[in-house]
Amino acid sequence: MPQSDNQPLLRARGLRKVFPGTIALDGVDFWLEAGEVHALLGENGAGKSTLIKCLTGAYRRDGGDILLNGDMIDPKGTIDAQAYGIGTVYQEVNLLPNLTVAENLCLGHQPTRFGMISTRAMNRRAREVLSQFGLDIDVARSLASYSVAVQQVIAIARAVTLSGKVLILDEPTASLDSHEVDLVFGVVRSLRERGLGIIFISHFLDQIFEITDRVTVLRNGRLVGTEATRDIDRVRLVNLMLGRELEQEVRSHGKTHAAAGEPRLTFTGFGRKGSIEPFDLSIRPGEVVGIAGLLGSGRTETAEVLFGVAAHDSGEARRGDGTALRLTSPREAIAAGFGFCPEDRKTDGVIADLTVRENIALALQARIGWMRRIPAREQRAMANDYIRKLDIRTPDAEKPVGLLSGGNQQKVMLARWLVTNPSFLILDEPTRGIDVGAHAEIIRLIEDLCAQGMSLLVISSELDELVAYSHRVIVVRDRHHVAELAGGDITTDNMVRAIAAPEREAIN
Amino acid sequence: MTGLMLFMRRIWPQLMTLAVIVGLISIMFPGFFQISIANGRLYGSPIDILNRGAPVALLAIGMTLVIATRGIDLSVGAVMAICGAVSAWGITEGYGLAATLAMALAAGLACGLWNGILVAVLGIQPIVATLILMVAGRGIAQLITEGAILTFNHEGLIFFGSGSLLTIPTPVIIGVVTGAIVTLIVRRSALGMLIEAIGINLRASTLAGVNTRVLLIAVYMTSGLCAALAGIIAAADIRGADANNAGLWLELDAILAVVIGGTSLLGGRFSLVASMIGALIIQAVNTGILLSGFPPEFNLIIKAVIILIILVLQSPTMRTVLVFFSREPAGASDKDKETVAP
Repeated sequence: MPQSDNQPLLRARGLRKVFPGTIALDGVDFWLEAGEVHALLGENGAGKSTLIKCLTGAYRRDGGDILLNGDMIDPKGTIDAQAYGIGTVYQEVNLLPNLTVAENLCLGHQPTRFGMISTRAMNRRAREVLSQFGLDIDVARSLASYSVAVQQVIAIARAVTLSGKVLILDEPTASLDSHEVDLVFGVVRSLRERGLGIIFISHFLDQIFEITDRVTVLRNGRLVGTEATRDIDRVRLVNLMLGRELEQEVRSHGKTHAAAGEPRLTFTGFGRKGSIEPFDLSIRPGEVVGIAGLLGSGRTETAEVLFGVAAHDSGEARRGDGTALRLTSPREAIAAGFGFCPEDRKTDGVIADLTVRENIALALQARIGWMRRIPAREQRAMANDYIRKLDIRTPDAEKPVGLLSGGNQQKVMLARWLVTNPSFLILDEPTRGIDVGAHAEIIRLIEDLCAQGMSLLVISSELDELVAYSHRVIVVRDRHHVAELAGGDITTDNMVRAIAAPEREAIN
Repeated sequence: MTGLMLFMRRIWPQLMTLAVIVGLISIMFPGFFQISIANGRLYGSPIDILNRGAPVALLAIGMTLVIATRGIDLSVGAVMAICGAVSAWGITEGYGLAATLAMALAAGLACGLWNGILVAVLGIQPIVATLILMVAGRGIAQLITEGAILTFNHEGLIFFGSGSLLTIPTPVIIGVVTGAIVTLIVRRSALGMLIEAIGINLRASTLAGVNTRVLLIAVYMTSGLCAALAGIIAAADIRGADANNAGLWLELDAILAVVIGGTSLLGGRFSLVASMIGALIIQAVNTGILLSGFPPEFNLIIKAVIILIILVLQSPTMRTVLVFFSREPAGASDKDKETVAP
């Protein structure tokens, strides 16, 4: 373990970055030693990639200092950062697949001879570089002819030769199998021995514990903590990421137990290969079922399979009265009375250039068909009704929805589904990235809808939120539904344990 | 703000551009506004602009809808050739006028269906998908005309090119009526909003339950139908089907008309009327260059320069400059930016 008696290799002090409507980084401190692998952890929107982009100059930071070996630096862009010695490798290999391995390694720095590129010298240099990484491959072949793992190592090799002090790996293992991960990790270890400082971003806890020396956890743009990996266990790590302290105040459930009676919907053996293993789920009128799990665990995949976004390839769905439901497309799901507010509002939710009114009317209009246009007066009445009911902050219903803040966009999404009067509403991270006030309103709305007899499936990484409104909570890990908690068992403690458990075991 | 005011505000830049160009022409060519009636038909340069501009205006109707879905239809020129060939073939084979027109329109719809399936079902990028028919279409047209220019002398069919109704040339009537019908259908039904939703965010529209696949196919079929009408007019005008030259490069004029009309190539908000004015602007430039007596070898260069000036004036950068110098409050200029995308 490296010592910090002298200057750390790379240090960020009070880093701050503001986007319209959100503070992406709020005074984050971070330091990286030479010869360590440092994990950067956090859920979506925690600020990991913003931090990386500020360090590499891809974003202009709004405040704070960056020090390299104790000297203040101010990278203006990724190329500038490379010159300082900071290289980055992204999840998707950002090399040119149709060029040869050698060309990729030397691109922009090709050895020349009489002003022409010397292919022989280039290939020789590429072979030398790759041999340091334990790769003995034909560098004259195109990059695309090698596996993603090899491409990833080549990307690392390029980043290291160009920069050589700090290496940032942004989810380098996301699309690799375990054998390939070993190959990449071997390279990472040898670079650590050479004294590079490596920042490692991954959602896979196993990999964090396998390769990293220290972890830094971010949440909602703030630094939660930095600790030595060997001093931390899974439960504590999940707690840091999801924002719970271990001592758990048991919430008294203010919610009704009306959720007895016949199920409204029953899914049996529902699943889709490669996205979520078959699961059983039944949901009653007036019931809120929460889904807890880490990013990539299969929580969003569950929602998408239920709503027909990614059609299920096993299992069946039935109504309470036993009639079978066809759910292979969003249209069919909507016809069955489903609604779905997706996690990524920007790409999957709102139609940014359309007005608040049009966005609210869209799902209803799509359901009743293009021929019977909802009259303008009715659309306005509908929109104004929900602008008032949900307290959507907009000057009027004709404002393009893209100009509203995140919380108000989320409310517009909710309004879009509420006007269709669904019996089953799926909310994926309904409170992500929205301010505290709107947050509380959306939770109150969830409770109201449930009291009116709507069935809700709510996915959230805010565990205490799930505790507050769920009648049952399903825990998802590694694409499996691994545990179901009900009643008094719904505590953040129990959820964290189920999420973190390395072995697959039901905990109730 | 009333709907009419919003509408005027939307098409204001295009109307102004057209007025300026017509004004410039009338300065250089004082006889420009002279209109006469002969043989029960209006004659004169303004009528000529409307008449010559009708085919591109028709193409622009379909093209606007396609571009609003974030697509593009490069095949309309070739579809014109196919449909012109079908109508010439039908009439010379003696199928009668009604059957011939029906066949030509059906051919246009079939071409649109093909494009729509490539784009919406097979997920091919629109520019590539329609490029296929752009290239193959002229080959198909040549097969129909058997490689020759297929001429005809059927008065009924010729009427669609050079006839007139109540002194107004038939192509103008077809263009205006088609524009009116499509505008009514698109704006009175929910189609317009759904098309815009698809163009702005396809995935979000699908998740909201919009039948994106069917709508995309319908939009390409509309484009095919408009191209068929333009093709019939073009063939009727020259009393023959020229597989090689009918509608040649007109897809580019149609795209340009849509761009001048202020519909973003990135999809979303669109205006059919503005696109049709855009088509008239292009034709006014063409006619103006001819009238002004420049040597013909300058025509293309002058046209390019004028179009460049129009586009620069409409660009967001220019808009910012203009807003800076205007006394309008900031809020109003913001709204302009949203409704009149470059």
